[in-house]
Formats: sequence, structure tokens, C-alpha cells
Amino acid sequence: MTFESITDAQAEANLVTAEAKFQPNLAGRYRLDAIFKAATIAATTIAIAVLAWLMFDVLLSGVGSLDWSFLTSFPSRRPEQAGILSALVGTGWVMFLVAVFSFPIGVGSGLFLEEFSDDNWFARFIEINISNLAGVPSIIYGLLGLTAFVIILGDWTGGRSILTGALTLTLLILPIIIVATREALRAVPDSIRQAGYALGANSWQVIWSHTLPTAFPGILTGVILALSRAIGETAPLITIGALTFIPFLPEGPLDPFTVLPIQIYNWVSRPQKDFHDLAASGIIVLLVVLLVMNSFAIFLRSRFQKAR
Amino acid sequence: MLQDTSSPAVSSAAISVEKLNVYYGSNLAVRDVYLDIPRNQIAAFIGPSGCGKSTVLRCFNRMNDLIASARVEGTIRFEGMDIYPSGEAAKNFDPVELRRRIGMVFQKPNPFPKSIYENIAWGARINGYRGDMDELVERSLRGAAIWDEVKDKLKESGLALSGGQQQRLCIARAIAIEPEVILMDEPCAALDPISTLKIEELMSQLKEKFTIVIVTHNMQQASRVSDRTAFYNAEATDAGGKVGYLVEYDDTEVIFGNPKEEYTRDYVSGRFG
Repeated sequence: MTFESITDAQAEANLVTAEAKFQPNLAGRYRLDAIFKAATIAATTIAIAVLAWLMFDVLLSGVGSLDWSFLTSFPSRRPEQAGILSALVGTGWVMFLVAVFSFPIGVGSGLFLEEFSDDNWFARFIEINISNLAGVPSIIYGLLGLTAFVIILGDWTGGRSILTGALTLTLLILPIIIVATREALRAVPDSIRQAGYALGANSWQVIWSHTLPTAFPGILTGVILALSRAIGETAPLITIGALTFIPFLPEGPLDPFTVLPIQIYNWVSRPQKDFHDLAASGIIVLLVVLLVMNSFAIFLRSRFQKAR
Repeated sequence: MLQDTSSPAVSSAAISVEKLNVYYGSNLAVRDVYLDIPRNQIAAFIGPSGCGKSTVLRCFNRMNDLIASARVEGTIRFEGMDIYPSGEAAKNFDPVELRRRIGMVFQKPNPFPKSIYENIAWGARINGYRGDMDELVERSLRGAAIWDEVKDKLKESGLALSGGQQQRLCIARAIAIEPEVILMDEPCAALDPISTLKIEELMSQLKEKFTIVIVTHNMQQASRVSDRTAFYNAEATDAGGKVGYLVEYDDTEVIFGNPKEEYTRDYVSGRFG
């Protein structure tokens, strides 16, 4: 009896001290939860709403002039005859060449820096500089392209040609691809590399069979993000002197060219409203090209992930 | 205190270690290790964390080469061949060839993210295997006592297997390139007791063909599976770090029954560690 009463008293004492030490304040914590949830929902809503409004506006003014003849006509002074063919083909050419140049160079550099180079001051110096280059404004790359590919190497690149534009955009997106490649390689667990080396593989066998395939979906995502950035770039191409009025189709990489964003920019800067509608139609075409490109990448990536 | 107390005949040793020191950067990690690993036996390395047993193990197939700061002094002979030669011989020595002859199984099962078949076939292929690949895959999987569980799903990913199956797949992968020695770095640390038991049974079959060195934190495991046991310990250095050393190396019954060193007795009886 006494024993029980003592334990009860002790339990009560414990309870009291526990209450004094810990004040759970559950109501307050849940309120904070709710506030932050609401804040993130609001942020998402704003982002999506602005985007949706933009799309809606573009569709509304662009869909009227978007027809087959818009896609198959050259630019013209008369808005009803103007089309986007040369810009569409120019973008196709440029993006093809950018992909051909930037993929091997960017992934190769990333591989070297991550898998082969020692971790010395020089590697760290390069790493910092590459990260910085990824943030340099694109017009600077335009100036670089103008000097390097138009003025100095003009005899080989054909001056203001598709090749020059592609090389300039390649420079622009290389840092992005290199950084993305390194991130993807870094995410490959070391245990896979060790397993490869322990079986008597050398570096290249491990990289080719294990590291690169494991990192490939991540690398591909980085490459596509970079290409998506390149496809919308206007400033560097204007700087190197890509023409805005191209009433013919380029026949090779050394021909002059224009691309979708330049054509859109050109139409927007005209005073007539009809041209503004054409610009909206051009934006729709650009968006569709972008979406096709991204879905192709997602398709490739999922195939690659399934194959493993 | 450091010597190999039983001194088996040199000719029966697959690996013999003399005065091994391993540094990471300027830190001495393990000092003065002398031991012989007898052929077709299982040698277990036990000891508290940080005593350098894994470090020593990773010297045997030169996996420490992958750590830029690691440096090895002393002599390790594999079948009489110095695997850490100095001078001109160092340039001609190829750890890649060594690693085909000394396989390794890691603490965490690490199958390649590829099919079960490809997990086995890859090592053989990169080493220029010319025989019947299907036959090699089956033989290796049988050798690792996992064939019956995976024979109908060789095309499926190795990662779809359970942890214990993955580890046996890794053992199959290691024996597929027909090494002479298999190093096992805490192979059961991530496994449940039943999977552990299977791996231990497998090890006693494997020692007919291979020499096995196993690092383990599980003293019962060492006493169950091994023929010889090396007990490592760590001591504090003046610089405030820790350096590992070999306390005692002898037949497993001696280490667990009647060790010569006080430290060993305390450790195997669970009094510290």
C-alpha cells in the first residue's frame, strides 16, 4: 500500500517535471506547417499562372496565322505571305551542329576532369573557371564568336555562317554540359568502380562499361537542358551577324542563316500588328520544336534506364 | 609480439607479407605487419575498427592504388612475386593483371547495374576469356551456390536480387575470372544471419580451390570459418592519431582457445572492442 502510493507520487512528480521541461506546443507547430504549405502552394500557383497566361496569350494571337503556308514560306514584307521556313531550317542546322560539337567535347572534358585528372590545384582552378563560365552573359560569347570565328577564322568558317553560329553556341553551352557531366559522374557510387577495378579492368573499361552508362541519363538531361538554352539564344547570334532576312534555304554549313528567335525578334520589332501575330506564331513553332526535342531526350533516357 | 608465431613453410604461402607499413598522406595507418597466408586455407583478420585490417587486405590486390594519398612500404609477395616492386620494376608492374589473379568481394554487395548474366560475363570478357561464356556463367553461379535461384532469370538485373543473393552473385563474379586468391572485406556485414550462414558454408567449399582472406567484425564468424586468424589492434600515437598493428597471428583454435597475448585474450573473450 505504502509502496504503491510512493510510486504513484513519484510518477506524478515525474509527470509534472516533464511538463515543465517540455512544452510541445503542438497547435503552434501545426500552424507553422500549414503556413509554409500555403506559401509553397502560392509560389507554385504564381509560377504556373504566369506561364499559362503567357502560353494563352501567344496561342490566342499566334494560332490565327499558323498554317501550312506559314511553315513553308520565306519571310516577306507582306505579313500575309510571310513564313518561317528559312528560320526553322536554320535552327535545325544550327542545333544539329551544336549537338555534334558540344556532346563529345563537353562529355569528354567532364570525363577527364572527373575520372582521369588528379585532384591538384590546376584541376580545381579549371573547375572554378568552368563554373564561372556557365554564368557569363551570352552576348559576351557573341563577341568572342565574332572575333574568333568571323574575323580570325573567317576563311574556314565562311564568316557569318551556320558553322560560326553553331561554334559560338557550342562555346556558350559547353560549361553547362561539362558541369552536368561531372555532377552525373559524381553521383555514380564508387562501389561500382571498385567492383570493376577488382576484376582486373583498367580505367577505360570501367568508365565505358559501368561509370558512363550509369551516369548517362544524368548526362543526357544536362545536354538537353543546354541545347534548350542554345535554341532560344538570340543575342550571340545577332552579335556574330546572323542575317534576319533569308529568302532562301541554306545548302551547307558555310551558308548564311537565320534562326527562329532572330526571326521572332525581327517581327516583334516591327510596328504592324500583323507582324506581332506572326511573331506569336513563330513562338509556337519554337515551343513545339523545344517540346519535341525534350520528349525525344526523355524517350532516350527512359530507354537507357530500362536497358540496365 | 609481432611475429608470425607458427612460421609455416614458405612454399605453402600464397601471400607473404614482410614489414608492411601503409601511410595515408603522412599518417602511418598500419605498421610492421609480418604474415603468411597459406594456400587453400581461410585466413581471418579480426580487430577493432581503425586497426588497419581492411587496409592490409586492400594492399594484396593493390586496391589502395585507387586512393591517391595511400603509400605502401615493405614487401608483399604473391606466389613469390613482389607486388610492390621498387625502381624500374615498379613501372613494369601491372596491378591490372594482379587483380585478375586476386579477386575481391566487398562489404556492401555491389553487383553492376546490369543483368545477372552480364555481371558474370563482363569480368571474363575484359580479361580476354575465349571459352564458352554460357558454360562459364553457369559454372560460376553454381560455384557460388546461387545457380538454382537465378537460372530462370539470367536476363534480369542483378540489383533485383536480395542482399544475400547479391553478395553470392558478387562471389560468383569474382570466381568467374578464376583467381587464385579471394579477398573478402566484411562480406556479411550487410546481411541477415541466414544469408550469412549460406556465405559461410560457401566459403568452406571455396577453399578447396581458392585461398581466402576475410576481414570480419564477427568473431564467431572468424572462429567458425577460418583456419588461421590474425588479430590486429590500434594504439594511439604521439601525434594524436591511431596506428594499427598485428598483435598475433596463429591457428584459429589457438587465437580463440589459448592466445599468447593478453590483448588477444581480452578481445576474443569480449572484454574490449
